[in-house]
Amino acid sequence: MEEEFQPEYGPRWSDQRVEWMLGALVLAMVALLLALIVTVFVNGWPSFAHNGLSWFGPGGNVDDQLSEISQSAETGAGYVYTFHAWPLIWSTILICGGAVVLSLFTALFISVFLIEFAPTWMSNILRPVVRFLASVPSVIYGLLGVLVLVPFIGNHLITEEQKSSVAGIISLTGYSLMAAVLILTVMIAPLMVSIFTDALASVKAGWLEGSLALGVNRWRTIWKIGVRAARPAIVAGTVLALARAIGESVMLAMISGSTAFAPNPADGLIFIYEPSRPLAPTIVKSIDQLSSPPAKATLFAIAAFLLFSAAMFSLVGWATRRAMSRYGAP
Amino acid sequence: MAQSTGDQHSTVEQQAELETGFPGGVVPPEQGNQPPTKAVEGSSTWSLIDRIGLAFCWFLGLLFCAIAAAIVIYLLIQGIQYLKLDQLTTPAASGFTEGETGGFSDAFIGTLILGVAVGLWHGLWVWLVEYGRPRPLARMTELTIEAIAGIPSIVLALFGTVIFTSTALGFLSRTSEGVVFGRSFFAASSMLALEALPLVVASTREGLNAIPRHVREASYAVGKTKAATTRRILLPTARPQIATGGMLGLGRIIGDTAIILVLLGATQNFAPVEGAPFPLDYLRGAGTSLTNFVYEASPTGNLNQPEKAYAAAFVLLMLVLALNAGTDLVHRRAKRVGTWSH
Repeated sequence: MEEEFQPEYGPRWSDQRVEWMLGALVLAMVALLLALIVTVFVNGWPSFAHNGLSWFGPGGNVDDQLSEISQSAETGAGYVYTFHAWPLIWSTILICGGAVVLSLFTALFISVFLIEFAPTWMSNILRPVVRFLASVPSVIYGLLGVLVLVPFIGNHLITEEQKSSVAGIISLTGYSLMAAVLILTVMIAPLMVSIFTDALASVKAGWLEGSLALGVNRWRTIWKIGVRAARPAIVAGTVLALARAIGESVMLAMISGSTAFAPNPADGLIFIYEPSRPLAPTIVKSIDQLSSPPAKATLFAIAAFLLFSAAMFSLVGWATRRAMSRYGAP
Repeated sequence: MAQSTGDQHSTVEQQAELETGFPGGVVPPEQGNQPPTKAVEGSSTWSLIDRIGLAFCWFLGLLFCAIAAAIVIYLLIQGIQYLKLDQLTTPAASGFTEGETGGFSDAFIGTLILGVAVGLWHGLWVWLVEYGRPRPLARMTELTIEAIAGIPSIVLALFGTVIFTSTALGFLSRTSEGVVFGRSFFAASSMLALEALPLVVASTREGLNAIPRHVREASYAVGKTKAATTRRILLPTARPQIATGGMLGLGRIIGDTAIILVLLGATQNFAPVEGAPFPLDYLRGAGTSLTNFVYEASPTGNLNQPEKAYAAAFVLLMLVLALNAGTDLVHRRAKRVGTWSH
C-alpha cells in the first residue's frame, strides 16, 4: 500500500536498482558454482597428481590404501597418496547402470500405461503413488533395505554352496549388488516416470490420431509414435536419473556392503550377490578422516570425479536432446 | 439372419458366425466404414505380444502400488510398535536409552533459515524471466541452475566443509584454539538451501511463465514500472506455484542425509556454543536430524538400535506424507482458481 503514496519521480523500488540487485544475486550464484568447481578440483589435485592415470586403474586393495593414506598423516614419514579407484568405479558402473537400465524399462511401461491405458481409477491411485515413492527419503529406503531386503537375500536367496564357494575371498551376507540395484531402481524410476508422462502427454494428438486412423492399434501407436516423439524427454529423464543414481550416497552406504570389492560378471550369476562399494558411499564412510590432508585430497579427488561424470552426462544428454528435437519432437 | 441364397452371402454369414463365436478370432481389421471402437480394436488388431505388453503394464503399475503400500504399512506397524511419546520429548542421552529430540527442532530451524534463502532464489527467477537483460548472462544463469541440479549432494557437502572450516567464516560454527569446527546448523542449512534451489526455481519459473503477456502490458500501460509490476501483480499471481516450489524444496531438505551427516552430525544431541546469545548459540552448534538419527541407528550406523530407527523413520515418513498432502492441496487450489488458464 505504501508505494501508492510515493512521489512519481523517486520510487523506492526503482526499476534500475531492482535490476542491479537481482543481477548481483545472479552473479553471486554463478560465482558460487565456479568456486565450487575450482575448490573441489584444487583440493583433489594432489591425489590425481601423485597417481596419474593409475588413479582410475585397478591394483591393490582400496580399503587398505585408504587406511594407509589416512594414517600417513600421523607417522610423519611423508604423505602417502597411492590410490587405485577401479573397484569403486566398477561398482558405481554396475550399480548405477543396472538400476538405470531396469528403471528405464519400468518407467517407460508405467508411463505408457498411465497416459494411454490405465482406467481413471487406476491412474488416480498410481499418480500419487509415483509421487510418494519419489519423495520417500533415501535413509528410509536404506533402513528398509538393511532390515528387510538384505536379510531376505542373505537367508533365502543365497545358497550355502554359493556362500562356501567364495568363502575365502568374500563373505556373502546379503549386502549385495542385487539389493542395491533393486532399491536404487525403486528410488529413481518415479523420477523418470514423472518426466516421461509429461513428455508423452504433450505429444501432438494429431500424430497419434493419424496413426489410429490408419488402423494401427493403440498399443503400437503409443510405442511407435508417442514414445518415439518423446525421445528427447526420455533421454533427458534418463540422464537426470543417472546423475541422481551416481550421487546417491547414504542409501548405498547402508545397503551395498562396506568392502571395496569388484564383483566380476564372468564368475557367473553369483556376482549379483557379492558386496561392493561405489564411489559416493566411500566418501560418506571415510568422512571422519577429513582432518588428515592426504585423505582429504583423496576424498576430494573422488568428489571431483563424481562432479565431472555428472557434468559429462548432462552434456551428453543435452547434445542428444538437441540432435533429436530437430525432428519436430514436442 | 436371412437364409443364405448364394455363395457370396454364405461366406459373409460364416464370417459373422465366426466372429460372434470367437471374439478373439482372426478377423480382418477392415470391417466396413464404422468408426474403430474399443471392442473391435481389443479383439482383432491386438497381437499376442501387444497383449502381453499391456498385461506387463498392469503388472508394473500394481507392483508400484504394492511397493508403496508395503512401505507405508510396514513402517506404520513397526513405527506404532516402537514409537513412544517420550521419545519425541526427551533428548538423547549417552547410554542405554536414546531419544530423538533433535529431529524436529533441527528440521524447524533449518526450515526457518531456508525461508530466507527461498526468497533469494525466487529473486533469481524473477530476474531471469522478467529482466534477463544481457542475454549471455541469462543463458549462463540457466546453465548454472541446471548444473546445480546435477551436483551430487555429497559433493555439495564436501564443498561445505571447505567453506565453513575457513577462518573467515569461523563465526558460523564452533571455534577452538583457532581451529574452526565447521559443523553447524548454519553450514548445513546453507548447503541444503543450495540443494533445494533447482526445485524452487523451476516451480517459480513455471508460475511466472504461465501469466499471459497482456497482464504485464496492462500494468505497464497504466504507468507501473517493471519492478512494481513484478511485485504487485506477477508475484501474487504466481503465489500457488511459488508455494509449491517451496514445499518441494522443503521435502528435499527434510529427506536429505548426506549433507547433514557431513556438516551437522557427529552427535545425537544439540551442542550449542557457549557464550553466544540465544538463537545463535544453537545455530552455530552442531546437532542432529531425523535422517541422521535413522542412519546412525540402523544396523550399519554407530548406535545400532533398529527399533529406535523404525520409530524415527515412521515420524519422518509422516512428515513427508504431510508435506506431500500440503503440496497437493496448494496445487489443486491453484488449478481450481486458475486465473490464467491458457
